[in-house]
Amino acid sequence: MTFARFFRLLLPCLLLPAVLHAQTLRIGLAEDPDVLDPSLARSFVGRIVFASLCDKLFDIDEKLAIVPQLATSYEWAADGKSLTIKLRSDVVFHDGEKFDGAAVKYNIERHKNLPGSNRRGELAPVSGVDVIDATTVRFNLSSPFSPLLAQLADRAGMMVSPKAAQAEGDKFGTKPVCSGPFRFVERVAQDRMVFERFAQYWNKDAIHFDKVIYTPIVDATVRLANLKAGQLDFIERVAASDVGKLEAEKKFKVAHITEIGYQGITINLAKSELAQKNPLGRDARVREAFELALDRQGLVQVVMDNEATVGNQWVSPTNPYYVKGIPVPKRDIARAKALLKEAGVPNPSFTLVTPTTSEAQRLALVVQAMTREAGFDVKIQSTEFATSLNMADQGQYEAYVLAWSGRADPDGNLFSFYGCKQPLNYPGYCSLETDALLAQSRSARDPVERKKIFEQIAARVLKERGIVYLYHRNWLWAYNPKLTGVRSLPDGLLRVSGLRFAS
Amino acid sequence: MAAVLEAVPPKAPLQAGPWRRAGRRLKRRRGAIAGLVVVLLFIAIAVFAPWLAPYDPIETSWSAIRKAPDAAHWFGTDDIGRDVLSRVLWGTRASLLAGVVSVSISLLLGIPIGLAAGFLGGFVDGLISRIVDAFLACPFLILAIALAAFLGPSLTNAMIAIGVSATPIFVRLTRAQVIDIKVEDYIEAARAVGNSPWRVAFRHVLPNIAAPLIVQSTLAIAAAVIAEASLSFLGLGQQPPSPSWGSMLNTAKDFIDSAPWMAIWPGLSIFLLVLSFNLLGDGLRDALDPRQR
Amino acid sequence: MFDYLAKRLATIVPTLIFVSMLIFGLQQLLPGDPAHVLAGEEQDPTVIAYLRTKLHLDEPLPVRYGYWVGGVLKGDLGESIRSQQPVLALVEEKLPVTLELAVMAMIIALVIGIPAGVVSSVGRGRWWDYAANGFALWGLSTPNFWLGILMILLFSVELGWLPASGYVSPFEDLRANLAAMIMPAFVLGNAIAAVLMRHTRSAMLQVLSADYVRTARAKGLSVPVVVIKHALRNALTPIITLGALEFGTLLSGAVLTEQVFTIPGFGKLIVDSVFNRDYSVVQGVVLVTATTYILLNLFADLASFVVNPRLRK
Repeated sequence: MTFARFFRLLLPCLLLPAVLHAQTLRIGLAEDPDVLDPSLARSFVGRIVFASLCDKLFDIDEKLAIVPQLATSYEWAADGKSLTIKLRSDVVFHDGEKFDGAAVKYNIERHKNLPGSNRRGELAPVSGVDVIDATTVRFNLSSPFSPLLAQLADRAGMMVSPKAAQAEGDKFGTKPVCSGPFRFVERVAQDRMVFERFAQYWNKDAIHFDKVIYTPIVDATVRLANLKAGQLDFIERVAASDVGKLEAEKKFKVAHITEIGYQGITINLAKSELAQKNPLGRDARVREAFELALDRQGLVQVVMDNEATVGNQWVSPTNPYYVKGIPVPKRDIARAKALLKEAGVPNPSFTLVTPTTSEAQRLALVVQAMTREAGFDVKIQSTEFATSLNMADQGQYEAYVLAWSGRADPDGNLFSFYGCKQPLNYPGYCSLETDALLAQSRSARDPVERKKIFEQIAARVLKERGIVYLYHRNWLWAYNPKLTGVRSLPDGLLRVSGLRFAS
Repeated sequence: MAAVLEAVPPKAPLQAGPWRRAGRRLKRRRGAIAGLVVVLLFIAIAVFAPWLAPYDPIETSWSAIRKAPDAAHWFGTDDIGRDVLSRVLWGTRASLLAGVVSVSISLLLGIPIGLAAGFLGGFVDGLISRIVDAFLACPFLILAIALAAFLGPSLTNAMIAIGVSATPIFVRLTRAQVIDIKVEDYIEAARAVGNSPWRVAFRHVLPNIAAPLIVQSTLAIAAAVIAEASLSFLGLGQQPPSPSWGSMLNTAKDFIDSAPWMAIWPGLSIFLLVLSFNLLGDGLRDALDPRQR
Repeated sequence: MFDYLAKRLATIVPTLIFVSMLIFGLQQLLPGDPAHVLAGEEQDPTVIAYLRTKLHLDEPLPVRYGYWVGGVLKGDLGESIRSQQPVLALVEEKLPVTLELAVMAMIIALVIGIPAGVVSSVGRGRWWDYAANGFALWGLSTPNFWLGILMILLFSVELGWLPASGYVSPFEDLRANLAAMIMPAFVLGNAIAAVLMRHTRSAMLQVLSADYVRTARAKGLSVPVVVIKHALRNALTPIITLGALEFGTLLSGAVLTEQVFTIPGFGKLIVDSVFNRDYSVVQGVVLVTATTYILLNLFADLASFVVNPRLRK
């Protein structure tokens, strides 16, 4: 055998592993997702997986604008009580079933009616869906609801195959059948989720991988170690303290994306009688003093290694709906002390319920130290997550470190938290006028009009300080530099369309 | 924790003066002496921590975050600017306390139950033994996690959780020892004279089964220190801002790459303390076992 | 012997009943409403109410216990509320993984522990006694999760010799499987090695301190190999019993080690489920491991019974 012939035979063998490798995308997640059923799903990390598995009616872009996905266009009726949506005609589910208007109707009804569905509240104002024809549906609303589009750009807009859903019932999540770029192959709990390319995907030209494997690795250090060791191509939620070194080494790319959620401290205003027993819950001046004693920039620096943006509202200062008239207050110890003196409590003491996560613990410690200078005596009570949820729900707390992952429409960061008796209203804030304003913000469709309403809401709720917003964290991703097409979307979810390994 | 569950050591000697002979044997085992010295050193550190520590262990400093060891901070600083050396020194208290209190709880609960099971025999013994078996069949850490989660995250609750989870081992050990010696002549004599069972138990039985219990306790303290570190690693032990080596490791694990000194010093301390207790326990067993020179 | 077997089997049933009550109680009495945890971020009250009914949370504790035990006796261990997988399926998936880890750890422990014990007993007082002692004790004295993280940093990130995580089934790829399991098995096996070393050492010493051996040594003669072999055989009987006992430790240690090395076995599953209040999973898994442990102990007792006629009283 001549050398040339040997080489010609050998070369493809050498390339083969490279070719095979380039076709699988390995993603490291920070948690094991819960059930893979868009109606029952309840975790943030599950949405990352859904990005490969299930297409939605709409999606959002980097500016949080609504863009079409399974839908092609939409049109509001003049009175805002119905929304007509035109659908793509070339979409097929993973099991071969056709996606059409009837499928949309089925899915919306499933989201609303399946026992245990977490989408019920999101689609509450939708009274029904009319199928006009195979590519047109009309959503009928009991009252105008502008956040609807944003809901349909998330899990409430995910479309599953009606045939599979009917067959599996509530066990659908163990064998999901959707219409996304990848189809479900297998899931080993806490080990991996494997998806393979769906050949009939409507946008198949944008998909350059044959397989996607999601691996949950809870420990951030170990997750990063896996990336560095070459076992993963992409990881989410890199620890802020690792970013500096990563960027200096220049071996991996790092993405910093300001989240649409926030980190804050929730204060018990009226959720239970406990609120009135404590000066913090009782007196708005004490709460104002508390906020003035905080140095948000210092918090961001120490707690998040500068991987966050200071904020004081439910949306970040770069968001179009941020109320510029109420900027982030600067630290003012003198004024804080004066307020406390005026309120007659120079050394208020309260317990801060803190989850056991590393960030929350650091945050609590720094807040404790910062506010001590104004005379506050903050006692840190570390509580396991499950227990803390219970405590908050029953109002058995004085202050609580609580973050929110955020929703595309500001209503998602607002309504559940300040509406009277809403499930996430842990402060126990209740005001009929605010409720009316919240309802108005939902009916108005013009962004300018909504902004004015949000300004009014801000003026009312921010001075009560039921939630002291601290900062907006950065989603930190690290990935193989050969990976191109990574889009930095503010919801922190990686989109697989357009991703490829540069050759 | 079951790692320290040994096959039952041989019967304790009945002659007077075994302690002095044991002491002499102990002095000859260099490893055990080294262990004893280190344990005493740690106890001294725990007692004198306020004077030894260069800084306040809970004092934060925004400008000195995660600084590598240098002249100002011999062990470096942690993620919110606290001096690691001071925290390690103060943390000795929490770790020693965790070890000693947990084992004390186990002894206080385990010995009486074991005595009852051994002496009373019959149904009581059967019941106790089955319950002990049930506890031992559940993985120790799971029991401790569930108990600690139930009680709430704090050092005290972690100690209670570890102590309760380790009790079955002492029950079993005590019971086995009691069964062995309750047939001895002097015990039967004491009963015949009319002493109440409790009096017999405490005055006659206990001193004679003390040796294996002491050995087991020393080894159990070692295991308890590690158990506290494990619970803290999961967020269930000592809570901030108080220092404990286990919770320091819990915080440090997120910064292993950027600030390894945060993990090295508390980890090393745990290792040294546990090693010393193990050496001491080994030495005590050798010294108190009459069959070895 | 059948008498003994029958008596032992009779004790297993009450033990198992107590185990079930213990783990059920520990789970159900944990603070925090699982319905809230499992209802996710949105905390929709309808979902919470639905979960409470589904999990029978509003019914008294003994009734819930009854539901669970009834299911277990029919072979239904319930299902994970979080992922909807049947617990039995989870057990089938993960038991082999943890078992493999435990077996590998045991082998490593034997390979390190027994020779260390022999060396230590023969060379009493000499430097290799301390060295062997030290090496075995090191395993027992280091928190295994800390050792695990350090090993990952050294062997995976710095040297790149071994994968940082990622379990592969041995039937798929044996080499990759061993590469992924060797570090966690070592971390686990270390601690057991120390215990085995102690046992081997003390059993060996019992033989070696016999008069004729002492005389020989006093005369300056070295201990013949045949005596060492005899001592070793003496030591092996309790090893069997100890092995079964240590299985419990392995499961306990596996909890954190699996977390650090991302091995998808029982340990990791249990910890996550405790924090997520996924009751059925914890109860089911602990019941299975406890049963395995009890049966292993029984087997070990029978084995030593057979091996050592002196135990048959």
